[in-house]
Amino acid sequence: MRYEAPKTLEQAIALLAGANGQAKVLAGGTDVLIQLRSNRAAPDLLVDIKAIPEMKSIVADAGGYRVGAAVTCMELIENETFARAWPGVVDGVKYIGSVQVKGRATMGGNLCNASPAADSVPALIAAGAVAQIAGPQGRREAPVEDVVLGPGRTSLAPGELVVSFVLPRRAPHSGDAYLRFTPRTEMDIAVAGAAVNLTLDGKGVCSSARVSLGAVAARALLVPAAAAALVGTKVDEAALARLAAAASAACKPIDDKRGTKEYRIKVAGVLARRAAKIALERARGQG
Amino acid sequence: MPTTLKYQEKDLKLVGTRPPRPDGVDKVTGRARFGADYNLPGQLIGKVLRSPHAHARIKSIDTAAALALPGVKAVVTRDDFAEMPDEMAAVGELMINFRDVTRNMMAREKALYDGHPVAAVAAVSESVARAALALIRVEYEVLPHVIDVVEAMQPGAPLLHEDQFTVGVKPKPERPSNIAKRLEFGRGDVAAGFAQAEVIVEREFNTKPVHQGYIEPQACLASYSADGQAELWTSTQGHFVFRAQCAKVLQMEVSKIRVTPTEIGGGFGGKNNIYNEALAIALSRKSNRPVKMVMTREEVFRGTGPTPGANVKVKLGCTRDGRITAAQAELNFQAGAFPGSPVNQASMCAFTRYDLANVQVVGNDVTVNRPKVAAYRAPGAPIAVFGVESVVDEMAKKLGIDPIEFRLKNAAKEGTQTYYGPRLGPIGYIQTLEAARAHAHYRAPLGPNQGRGVATGFWFNIGNETTCALNLQEDGTLTLMLGTIDVAGGSRAAMAMMVAEELGIEFERVRPVVGDTAALGFNFLTAGSRSTFASGMASVIAARQVIEKLRARVAKIREVPLEAVAWKDGQARPAEGGGAQFAPMTLAEIAKMAGKTGGTIAGHAEINAQGAGPGFGTHIVDVEVDRETGWIRILRYTVVQDVGKAIHPAYVEGQLQGGAAQGIGWALNEEYFYGDDGVLQNPGFLDYRMPVASDLPYIDTVIVEVPNPNHPYGVRGCGEVPIIAPMAAIANAVENAIGLRLFAQPFSPPRVLKAIEDAAAARD
Amino acid sequence: MSRNHVSTTVNGDRVEFLCETGQTLLEALRDELRLTGTKEGCGTGDCGACSVTVDGRLVCACLMLAVEAEDKAIQTIEGMAAGEALHPLQKKFIEHAALQCGICTPGILIAARALLERNPDPSESEVRYWLAGNLCRCTGYHKIVDAVLDAAREMRGA
Repeated sequence: MRYEAPKTLEQAIALLAGANGQAKVLAGGTDVLIQLRSNRAAPDLLVDIKAIPEMKSIVADAGGYRVGAAVTCMELIENETFARAWPGVVDGVKYIGSVQVKGRATMGGNLCNASPAADSVPALIAAGAVAQIAGPQGRREAPVEDVVLGPGRTSLAPGELVVSFVLPRRAPHSGDAYLRFTPRTEMDIAVAGAAVNLTLDGKGVCSSARVSLGAVAARALLVPAAAAALVGTKVDEAALARLAAAASAACKPIDDKRGTKEYRIKVAGVLARRAAKIALERARGQG
Repeated sequence: MPTTLKYQEKDLKLVGTRPPRPDGVDKVTGRARFGADYNLPGQLIGKVLRSPHAHARIKSIDTAAALALPGVKAVVTRDDFAEMPDEMAAVGELMINFRDVTRNMMAREKALYDGHPVAAVAAVSESVARAALALIRVEYEVLPHVIDVVEAMQPGAPLLHEDQFTVGVKPKPERPSNIAKRLEFGRGDVAAGFAQAEVIVEREFNTKPVHQGYIEPQACLASYSADGQAELWTSTQGHFVFRAQCAKVLQMEVSKIRVTPTEIGGGFGGKNNIYNEALAIALSRKSNRPVKMVMTREEVFRGTGPTPGANVKVKLGCTRDGRITAAQAELNFQAGAFPGSPVNQASMCAFTRYDLANVQVVGNDVTVNRPKVAAYRAPGAPIAVFGVESVVDEMAKKLGIDPIEFRLKNAAKEGTQTYYGPRLGPIGYIQTLEAARAHAHYRAPLGPNQGRGVATGFWFNIGNETTCALNLQEDGTLTLMLGTIDVAGGSRAAMAMMVAEELGIEFERVRPVVGDTAALGFNFLTAGSRSTFASGMASVIAARQVIEKLRARVAKIREVPLEAVAWKDGQARPAEGGGAQFAPMTLAEIAKMAGKTGGTIAGHAEINAQGAGPGFGTHIVDVEVDRETGWIRILRYTVVQDVGKAIHPAYVEGQLQGGAAQGIGWALNEEYFYGDDGVLQNPGFLDYRMPVASDLPYIDTVIVEVPNPNHPYGVRGCGEVPIIAPMAAIANAVENAIGLRLFAQPFSPPRVLKAIEDAAAARD
Repeated sequence: MSRNHVSTTVNGDRVEFLCETGQTLLEALRDELRLTGTKEGCGTGDCGACSVTVDGRLVCACLMLAVEAEDKAIQTIEGMAAGEALHPLQKKFIEHAALQCGICTPGILIAARALLERNPDPSESEVRYWLAGNLCRCTGYHKIVDAVLDAAREMRGA
């Protein structure tokens, strides 16, 4: 197995494209190394993208943000202005393992590893984040909810990689939140996760919302019906109950050693409601 | 040589204080050497090939391709190890049969669990060794498997051992069975007792296997010399026992194997028996080079023994005013692939906290297609006590009696006849109950969905074979050579403290060292909460011998009668009324002259320590339950325990806190997940969920000291009792929080939520 | 197969070693550089026994390839004391009996130091959540938390 650490995006793409499907991108490595050890992956070439400047930066851009796909979780958490704008995205990132894991793990890796339970993905989807993708055919973009197809599978073509995430300008009175359920307080894979991003109008009525669920289907879901339950309401108990029901209804989970189907369906609704309450508080606090 | 030294109350200068432990600096700087930290020049890396099937006949093993791989220097299979006789030996508090030891180490006729070793290689590097494993061709005939204990007990269940007939059943059964043994303890007449009862509670409980969870995987390094001698460095709770097991399975003389114990990164009973050690020696013999074998975490879960999962039935009968008239339990324990679960010990500990006239405990030891179980801190007791203390709590509530009051009404005390044999001597059970009741925790207010639970535990503790040697060096310092492994840092400090106390000198002048097997005679494992008790006793015997020799030496040097010489505060002085005056001599002064006046002054002990004092504890826990998710949060935890005498209180507190934390993990989230194929699905710390720092609150401790009359300082073992009560205490707390009793461990959120929903549905 | 050559800095010393591409930083530290203070508890980033810092960042050495260490500055437990002078955390751990078997201790000390460098006055809860990536099976974490808070107090001069 070879290891390369290109310094430009073009070099990285050339290496990936030239490897005949036998190359793997190495970002934080917190998933890839485990796959190498357990022989679930045996690439001929590892392409380390951490030396490429545009993948490592966090830039305020046209009122929104462009976050490099190889920015580590800790770097994102420590970016105070980003955390003020998108606390829900940071919530998700905070849950990706221990401080040690967060010191290496990246949102790009968390997305492209394509685990249905990835913690940073629901909040990125709820935020309306758009993945900036580059490959041998050039650049393109895709909403984050379209990047993952199923467990371990992405819609990236051979030689493509996610370069950065673009988050839109934040409207006033907006707030987002992500909650997940795990048996321990830390260190577990999410059994279910819910992200809610909402904006209130001047009268405190929800004018727009996006709701995304994690760990309850083959990939993170965008749930328009759940968002619709909030829009036009003051996010009162009745709206929250409808939100929870819509969230539960959207789940297509499995039974596994982390939870049963019924459990995930029930808890997804509970988390959606609780996340919405936090998002609401944050929205009210944002002038 | 005595086997017990009676307790003597006296003014203590050192015992009971908190000096820094002698190995502390090495442990905080990374200098201390654990099993995987040892290396020898020219060493090979050894790796094990493990069965991927839960149950299969091994038809053939072809190692030719593996041997031919460049860099592979040796391969071993069942053909390299002799058949072993049907012969029992003790490992900690469990018994093992050597016929099974060799088979667990390397499968012979059958693979009996996912992870069962089938072959092993030694190669020049880790990657070559792994490649070699992939080249070994094993032909398996896959057989139906059984992993549930109740299923395994049914006639017609897949059978692990065709020659296993249930022991303890008369007449001897005609058909073989997965029930290896049935045992029974009891006294009185339970039928009559239940007839007298005005209230009866009868419940069934189920638990899953849990692993000891030591952070250091097993690791060893073996070097076999052409003259037939082997050196072994290994992380172990008992180097003499490992030497004995290796010698037996390798058919070597005991004196030809020298085992050096490395520092041990946790054992809790799981390092009481060999796994890779004899394989490493055999590979070293074949390859003529040292062989190092370190388990991966996955191998630790697939290959080493957890504690059993079990099915437990408990029935209790009481009068309306709270006196227990009859107690009965049936304990069905998974032994894993070979017989030998701790159902015996569990039976002894089930009801012993109570003074009972009518008791019956029946235990079944059942083989199933899982790794062979190993000891885990108070083996078996937490499982039985989960059932018993839950039923006790339910009974107390039914009768409207406070849970501590109920236990006090029925408490065992000095003179109580146990149902498994001995009569109890002085014990501290009642004192722990009273201290718990008086603790602020018991009165603290509780909020919504919060509840408080109480439960108690007992462990008998053991003594066993122990040796030590104490040598006075020429500058007046001493080296205490110990044979008991120091698993937690406290015991080597405690022994040195007791020796220094006896001699009346500073703690720093006694250096405790745990030697290798060549340094001393046989020492039993560090298990059964025995080391501070037994090794402490041996150390005190050795220290008193040294004092006698010092007195005699001074009498000779000063030319006075022996009766005239007293030893006090580190000096030889004229005894009061001894009849002679002389200039006192310090330890250093005597030591300086020792060589010229007769030779080194030393003491030693070789004992089979008797008189271990049983330990009792009472736990209080507060929980909060999230009714919407089934999540249990531990809000507050208090451990009250009688330890006889806390030689070094900080390390005693550490045992209480650590044992309670393991019990909490056991209660909340730890379990083995198996697929329908009998393959373990969570062989790692991601999905085998042990408590992390943010899962636990501070764990308060209250040390009760009712001295053990059979130890010079009153020591009782303390390490095992604290793991016993948490499961029941938490179940009792949950019942008080949300009115729901849990009967299946672990109390993971999906199980709790389902119980909440089922209860709500039943009400509607 | 041919091995990779890596130049890096460990505890302030320039070092070089050869390694296979698939070897982790943990394996390189222990097996190539013979710095065995950093421990393997699981090999999958779930226990923190292999904690080191890389360019000041707390990481699991088992989740980093040795080749990724090129030109980085790595700190391990062996570099924590200054000769015979123990770091306040090391002293407090001994004083508080915050270790029993000691296998998790190097990882916890490295993690605790990283915490106090960022947050010199953490709360009990902040200490517990920061150390959630470091498993300890012996102590129940009680004395560890006390030792970290006490070391923080001493380092603040409070």
